[in-house]
Amino acid sequence: MAVFLYGFSLVLILLATAAFIVYLVRQQKSTYHWAYRLLLAGFTSLTLFVGHEYYTLGVAPVLTLKSSLSFFAWTILLVYLLFHLKFRLMVLGSFVAPVAACLLILSTTLPAGDLTVKPIFRSLWLPVHIGTAFVGNGFFAVTFVAGIMYLIQEWQIKKKRLGSLYSRLPSLETLDSINHFALICGFTFMTAGMITGSIYAQYALGSYWRWDPKEVCSLVAWTFYAVLLHERLAVGWRGRRAALLSLFGFLILILTFVGANLWLSDYHSFRNMGGQPGG
Amino acid sequence: MIRIVNIGMNHETAPVELRECLARDPGHADRALSVMRELSCIKEGLFLSTCNRVEALFTTERTEEAKHSVVDLLSRLGGMASASLRSSLFTYEDQDAVRHIFRVASSLDSMVIGEPQILGQIKEAYSAATKEKTTGVILNRLLHRAFHTAKRVRTETGISDAAVSVSYAAVELAKKIFYDFKGKKVLLIGAGEMAELAARHLMTQGVSAITVANRTFQKAVEVAQGFKGVPVSFEEIAAQLLEADIVISSTAAPGYVITHDQVKGSMKKRKNRPLFFIDIAVPRDVDPEVNDLENVYVYDIDDLKGIIQVNLGQRQEEAVKAERIVEEEVLKFEQWLKTLEVVPTIVSLKEKAETIRQTELKKSLSTLGGLSASQLKSLETLTLSITEKILNDPILFLKQKADRPLGKSYLDTARRLFRLDRENGDEVEHGSE
Repeated sequence: MAVFLYGFSLVLILLATAAFIVYLVRQQKSTYHWAYRLLLAGFTSLTLFVGHEYYTLGVAPVLTLKSSLSFFAWTILLVYLLFHLKFRLMVLGSFVAPVAACLLILSTTLPAGDLTVKPIFRSLWLPVHIGTAFVGNGFFAVTFVAGIMYLIQEWQIKKKRLGSLYSRLPSLETLDSINHFALICGFTFMTAGMITGSIYAQYALGSYWRWDPKEVCSLVAWTFYAVLLHERLAVGWRGRRAALLSLFGFLILILTFVGANLWLSDYHSFRNMGGQPGG
Repeated sequence: MIRIVNIGMNHETAPVELRECLARDPGHADRALSVMRELSCIKEGLFLSTCNRVEALFTTERTEEAKHSVVDLLSRLGGMASASLRSSLFTYEDQDAVRHIFRVASSLDSMVIGEPQILGQIKEAYSAATKEKTTGVILNRLLHRAFHTAKRVRTETGISDAAVSVSYAAVELAKKIFYDFKGKKVLLIGAGEMAELAARHLMTQGVSAITVANRTFQKAVEVAQGFKGVPVSFEEIAAQLLEADIVISSTAAPGYVITHDQVKGSMKKRKNRPLFFIDIAVPRDVDPEVNDLENVYVYDIDDLKGIIQVNLGQRQEEAVKAERIVEEEVLKFEQWLKTLEVVPTIVSLKEKAETIRQTELKKSLSTLGGLSASQLKSLETLTLSITEKILNDPILFLKQKADRPLGKSYLDTARRLFRLDRENGDEVEHGSE
């Protein structure tokens, strides 16, 4: 069942990605509608998969890198769909869908491994902690994508080389406001994720903060985003600079996510969650 | 047989003086329509007159006579001998006429390919013709198909996507920098046709305020009045740079009016809100180094002209796609036209069947006598469905074969088979096209 649902979602999302890229090239609204429907179907199927995993495992399915990656893909799609309701920006899908598809493909290449769920994870704090943290990551992924789009568009306008992407990408102001909005939301969720995480740690491990490498990395990323948000609001760091910094911020997040969880961390590492074969 | 004919002149066949002669008087179109309505050789007519073209589109059964009358009409309207006019006229018939009107509506025959006005002008000409009741089955269909074709061309190709005038190119750029113009402010420095046109385009797109600066304040007041804007003196430009989002500059100043340091200073105070300079002046008003500042974009007249050049090339490429769409629609229209020839035969076929049914029913009813209302009704239904079902296949066959080369001979056979024409023996020549 799980294998089928996962494969089904993967196929749908890959098809949606292909359709979104075709839409980007050919600019036909009908293609876009198909892409959107496929993505919606893929998201629904992935939701069922995540729900199914949660149900059979009894805990949130984030204890291995494999399942974390698909969960991350799910949150990115969730955030994209939320954005779609607010901005109705068709071309955003052409940039977000590939990111989600890449995460899913990456996830399939990883071995499943046996998972013994430690009792410590059987807590309601876990889904709250990782839920908020991942949705925050989803928003930051959108700042990353919007940042890339901004930089491409800005480069074209600044250098006066109005290539084929020029007419396909939205205005600088639109991209900047997406970046701004996603930054605020992402920061809010990340803060919530860190607070719930430390409460969970206090409850499960007996201390709020343990200077675990993952915690340190997250704190660095959080500080970085806090500074970016402050400068944006107070000084007016917008446009190119904000876009570049959101790319950089997202790289820190990726480092936190992959690096810390795999190699550095103590209790945040998948190895210690019992998820890695031979771990 | 009815033919569609199109006689007229456009920017390619006639010099501007001649087109002016014909298009100058807006009353011409109405007069032409009423003349065309009076002519017995013309069945349906439409008259299109714009600054780049004058055309008469009509259907006729007496082609040569109608053509003569229309050329006469044009020469009378233009006030010149028809002999001298003839060399500047084009004439299209049948499929070529259909293709021509589709191409005109899709703006493929325009001086600037893809310009949007022509479709509106044709729509006006058509509504004038319908008001005068000079159009009928064929032209109504033809014009609606022309509008449909134009719509397809506009949505399926990028033929009118990109701007081909300096002022529009500037507005298009501004749209890629700002999401919408609501709440945005324009500063117009100096005066000049192109600059004012760009400002006007921005106004129609929703810009909320315009400020006009000029070295002579009097001139600023004059220009500002036209835009309901605010005039300011030249010395206030620095202060205005904090307010404005789009600056259009077009002064005769020999040096830079806007300098790098000036803009750099104001950007800090603006909290880096984007600023877009459209520099139409020659020599330039805005220091090109200003473009290096973050969130500031400077486009001068050469940049804009470069964009237009690229866009024109794009339109040419898109035109190839558009021609394909036109060709598709021409074929569809031809098919419809052919089915039109079938209509009279089908009508008389149905009429004949109905008369037979009525007479036979009457005969039988007199012998059957005393039937109840429901029995009568079912008898009616029975006879009706028999005739309908017998005719169904022949009618479908005729409709399907209408646009085939042998369609005419089938039609002829059908008429003979069912003896639809009293005097039999009219030879119908087939494959006339």
